[in-house]
Amino acid sequence: MTETLTLADIRILDPESGTDEIGHLRIENGQIAEFGANCAVEGTVIEGEGLCAAPGLIDMRVTTGEPGRENRETFATAAKAASAGGVTSIVVMPGTNPVLDDMALIDYAGRRGEGLPVDILVAGALTKGMDGETMTEIGLMQQAGAVMFASGKNPIRDAQIMRRLLSYSASFNALVSNHCMTPDLSDGTVAHESDFSARLGLTSAPAVSERMMAERDVALAELTGGRILLDLISSEEVIPVIRRAKAKELDVSASVSINHLALNELDIGDYRTFAKLEPPLREERDRQALLAAVNDGTIDVIVSDHDPRPAGEKRLPYAEASPGAVGLELLLAAGLSQIADGVLEIMPFLAALTCNPADLLGVAAGRIKTGAAADLVVFDPEEPWVCDAEQLRSRSKNTPFDGRRLTGRVRHTIKNGVVVYSA
Amino acid sequence: MTHEFDAYPFEREHCLSISDFHRVDIERLLDLGAHYLDLDEQKGGNRKVLHGKTLINLFFENSTRTEKSFEVAGKRLGADVISMQVASSSVKKGETLLDTAATLNAMNPDLLVVRHGSSGAPALLAQKVACSVINAGDGMHEHPTQALLDALTIRQALGDIGGLQIAICGDILHSRVARSNVQLLNLLGANIRLIGPPTLIPTDADRWGVEVFHDMEAGLKGCAVVMMLRLQLERMKGAFVPSKREYYHFHGLTRAKLAFAKPGALVMHPGPMNRGVEISSDVADDPDISLITHQVGAGVAMRMAILHALSDSQERRAGDAS
Repeated sequence: MTETLTLADIRILDPESGTDEIGHLRIENGQIAEFGANCAVEGTVIEGEGLCAAPGLIDMRVTTGEPGRENRETFATAAKAASAGGVTSIVVMPGTNPVLDDMALIDYAGRRGEGLPVDILVAGALTKGMDGETMTEIGLMQQAGAVMFASGKNPIRDAQIMRRLLSYSASFNALVSNHCMTPDLSDGTVAHESDFSARLGLTSAPAVSERMMAERDVALAELTGGRILLDLISSEEVIPVIRRAKAKELDVSASVSINHLALNELDIGDYRTFAKLEPPLREERDRQALLAAVNDGTIDVIVSDHDPRPAGEKRLPYAEASPGAVGLELLLAAGLSQIADGVLEIMPFLAALTCNPADLLGVAAGRIKTGAAADLVVFDPEEPWVCDAEQLRSRSKNTPFDGRRLTGRVRHTIKNGVVVYSA
Repeated sequence: MTHEFDAYPFEREHCLSISDFHRVDIERLLDLGAHYLDLDEQKGGNRKVLHGKTLINLFFENSTRTEKSFEVAGKRLGADVISMQVASSSVKKGETLLDTAATLNAMNPDLLVVRHGSSGAPALLAQKVACSVINAGDGMHEHPTQALLDALTIRQALGDIGGLQIAICGDILHSRVARSNVQLLNLLGANIRLIGPPTLIPTDADRWGVEVFHDMEAGLKGCAVVMMLRLQLERMKGAFVPSKREYYHFHGLTRAKLAFAKPGALVMHPGPMNRGVEISSDVADDPDISLITHQVGAGVAMRMAILHALSDSQERRAGDAS
């Protein structure tokens, strides 16, 4: 099959086992054959001095434009972006045109992802056409390969419907993700409610909008025994809700986007629409609380929330511009920059991008162990560089990190033992 | 016209937000505004200031007084003034703001006056056109020329604004006039109070360097100027206040409520007024206490001053470049 490859004298980081040692790592036949200080160096050698090797990243929240909006992104362009970001598995969201709400479409999306240098995993829609009301064939879609079920950025509004979705999906042990936002408070708003947004004259919703939906979904998970992922949390006040749910040993998990760990509302500055996100960027104290919650494991998963948008949707007055940012290529670098700043710890950060999402999705990935598929990222944790949006491989270039200084960069991405990207 | 600031020429390219200006800029603009308050200067004066320059009024929201005020100001300074009827233009056919900007820019205007329903839209335009952009009101963000004319009006009536106690009352939440006035009057050293029901006061407004009151009697105490704002019913979705009747009862300015303010307190309103909602006709029409018609007059003078200053600044930059 593939040739033998050895990463020599490299810092090996595996969050699941807690491995953090300098040694060699040998890949044979697409699998990790051996690693450690006494591992034999054979075949092609990549000198790893000063570099780190970690399991390839798993990004649980990627929006593409396939099918229906290929001008934004296709699976193929997303895969290129993912490889450049050290990501070896992505979960694509069902909010396409048509919506992925049927087993045939799940199967189609899965096939379209074959042969790419990244595993394309598919999230099915929770409701037909994402109407928020009609339950999809969750069991059949799961058999067709759907790894989780999501409602996009429109939460399931009706508590009774959410209750039934959780209750029904529990029989398949299916993971249900719901966006933490109360539409009655947030619909029609474009910013986080604060002194800053009030000065800018932007319509805004308070952070309590997020907390109310989180409290409801936790209560429904307790009632039904369902598995709920509180998707894209962004505020300080929702964190105690997650802690309480975990203390009760409910099957509740939470994700956060890299944008909310790296940026705050001040990055909107003078109406920079590239920093317009859903949920909106919030205050610095929210960002600090989210970082602390990743460090202590309260937040399970970090995602890029990759959401490609053409310039035409962004170069509009703030209130009219589409929210969303691309993130696949910058996910690791933005996180490593926070680590370099001393506010984020490397092992919890990597766990939230490798073994934690793998466990939630039930896929065998996200770890460095003998016999596992050799999906790896090799990065320099200290390399300084400046992000240039034009250099991104994604078909859309909408990033709030354009022109920013970052610390830490991907050097190689290895998928099933093959080097699919090198800087 | 004073010349004490001549060492600091006015160098701004645009007038988008009060925060674009420092104190000296503001003083120069207000002095120039006072100069143009003289009707001889205003009507018979120097028509060469904007001679050969083109001013385009681009109003995406309906306006009578602001648009006409800019039109009169531009014409009195000798500019060619064009008003874009946006309601009948290709904007309604789906053209984006930046396409409109590119189209207008190709006509080489010198001054572009913009009103838009979205906060930040004039700032976006300013990045894409080669002329000076004047914000004539953007969403709930700012209305800097209104704040400047209000400051000019107060200065004419009461002299120095520093140390004055000024109340801004009513629908602060939806008001771009209030946001600009808070910044400008703070810069000029006034003590500002915001008075309104909690649903119409923005989040954390107490961090704006103002005192917040929900009760007219407590809030108006000691105020020398009372600025009333229009209840912007068109921007309200859902319940902010129960009824106009209740709003008038608790927050409408009547003689009885005005009696809580400092004796001789003056009343302002940026217009258009909802009589019997935020202000009684009795108060609005009393020439001894109402500055409302003075504000309209000061509007033309202040806008002449702003156009003049921006035009001079353009010439200076062109001179520097050549």
